[in-house]
Amino acid sequence: MYTQSLSIPDGDPKGPRKVENPEYEAEFNARIDAGGFIEAKDWMPEKYRKTLIRQISQHAHSEIVGMLPEGNWITRAPSLKRKAILLAKVQDEGGHGLYLYAAAETLGVSRDELTEGLLSGKAKYSSIFNYPTLTWADIGVIGWLVDGAAIMNQIPLCKCSYGPYARAMIRVCKEESFHQRQGYDLLLQMMKGTPEQREMVQDAVDRWWFPSIMMFGPHDSDSVHTETTRWGIKRISNDDLRQKFVDATVKQAEVLGVSLPDPDLKWNEARGHYDFGTIDWEEFWDVVGGHGQCNVDRLAARNKAWDDGAWVREAAMAHAEKQAARALAA
Amino acid sequence: MVADMTQATPPSLEHVEYVLRLGDNALILGQRLSEWCGRAPVLEEDLALANMALDLIGQSRLLLTHAGRLEGKGRDEDQMAFLRVERDYRNLTMVEVPNEDFGRTTVRNFLFSAFQVLLWEKLVASSDSELAAIAAKSLKEARYHLNHSAEWVIRLGDGTEVSHARTQAALDYLWPYSAELFAANPTDDAVSAAAIGPAWGELEAAWEAMVLPVLSEATLVVPARTPFKTFGKFGRHSEHMGHLLATMQYMQRTYPGATW
Ligand SMILES: [Fe+2]
Ligand SMILES: [Fe+2]
Ligand SMILES: [Fe+2]
Repeated sequence: MYTQSLSIPDGDPKGPRKVENPEYEAEFNARIDAGGFIEAKDWMPEKYRKTLIRQISQHAHSEIVGMLPEGNWITRAPSLKRKAILLAKVQDEGGHGLYLYAAAETLGVSRDELTEGLLSGKAKYSSIFNYPTLTWADIGVIGWLVDGAAIMNQIPLCKCSYGPYARAMIRVCKEESFHQRQGYDLLLQMMKGTPEQREMVQDAVDRWWFPSIMMFGPHDSDSVHTETTRWGIKRISNDDLRQKFVDATVKQAEVLGVSLPDPDLKWNEARGHYDFGTIDWEEFWDVVGGHGQCNVDRLAARNKAWDDGAWVREAAMAHAEKQAARALAA
Repeated sequence: MVADMTQATPPSLEHVEYVLRLGDNALILGQRLSEWCGRAPVLEEDLALANMALDLIGQSRLLLTHAGRLEGKGRDEDQMAFLRVERDYRNLTMVEVPNEDFGRTTVRNFLFSAFQVLLWEKLVASSDSELAAIAAKSLKEARYHLNHSAEWVIRLGDGTEVSHARTQAALDYLWPYSAELFAANPTDDAVSAAAIGPAWGELEAAWEAMVLPVLSEATLVVPARTPFKTFGKFGRHSEHMGHLLATMQYMQRTYPGATW
């Protein structure tokens, strides 16, 4: 019991903020029901905290791992303008990773712990980045479809109940829509080009379409979201988001002049939406389970970067300690 | 654009060559730094390296566009960047050697950005007004690159035994390449006579005054000069250059005439 008196004495008559307390829980629920934000210093149920840590860190890891498939084309970008755009985009994704890690840290985990989760393979990241980038057109298609699907997923998060996450998402979403426009512009340019360029775009769309619509996750009937919905973390269901994305994308594909690789994709007047074909969930779970083409390579690349950089991080710490000691002696 | 239009005489070959040197240094180092994407020791450095690469690619676009106009053969930035043969690139050999590790990358950024700062400081007063404008923009970037890399040189040199040894090895490797910065060439004489820019040899003392104190604070030993010579800025490169170009030129060579 002594340990409890050491935990965050905040002078609240109801006791330390960390303990489970029905009064706190009632306040918390009322705030969420009223559409208010929970901030880092507020009381929150332990499960809410854990759920958010998992979700925010998975998102951060996805941004970081996502740098790899696109980084694969920076050195081979076909023009200086496109090289600069891609460099800036990948830099943005790293920045998203940074502020998402910072948002997760407000929940009481360190970036090192989260990194360790990624490197050991315990933590997940978005499966889409376990698909390979085979041609330059993949860079455009990732911007258009993958960033596009990410935006669909993330716009509702700008209103999620946890303040630091919601605010990070507002900034992230702005940049993601910029990426989507740039990706689409890259493809428009290629579609105006030679037959080889147009084939390259179609091939990339054929490979990325289904993986992109898998990004919304399993069907609502197969996924459990009751608590995240009640807590205002997840506000729109997987299937609704996926439908919104398909509806928006079909027209963009028409303007671009590519076909989407799904013979069952057609307008349903009665529903007011596009119907689409069966998603290969076996493929989805295989990739989630570690058997995508790039799972092993992606994790190896992150681990190599981390291991190769150990001496640098140690040097920075040693130097900072020496500086502090020198300042003290002076 | 304005500069070459108002010139009474057509730009000299030396003028073109001088601008190409500047543009190719930025291009090739930008290409090398972009190889770091997703591989840096910490996320913050991943962003910093990408940012430097982006600055350098941006500088190369302005400089190669300008060189193309001066040359007057209708070549744009991409034709200059992607469609020349190796012997026509005018970058320093130092910027084309492989990144190796964060130590070599950092020491190179430091040695090179110090040189770039000095160069841009002079070039803001160039008789070529386009070049002067590029210099003014690039100077701010180079100063940031210099500060950032100098801080890291000190951290790594002073940090641990391992980091000290690796950084010293990087300096030992790169220092001989730095002689090429100041090697004499008729291009420099012609360009400095026309007040386009300084002869690079003139910058040696100022460069040493800039880099030596930082290396000393980093507890690194500056190697003695040796007879080692390189000739990248005259178009004779290292074995590494062809591989770098093979990667960089891949798309333009594979799909001739396509627009991206
Ligand atoms: Fe992102
Ligand atoms: Fe994202
Ligand atoms: Fe993005």
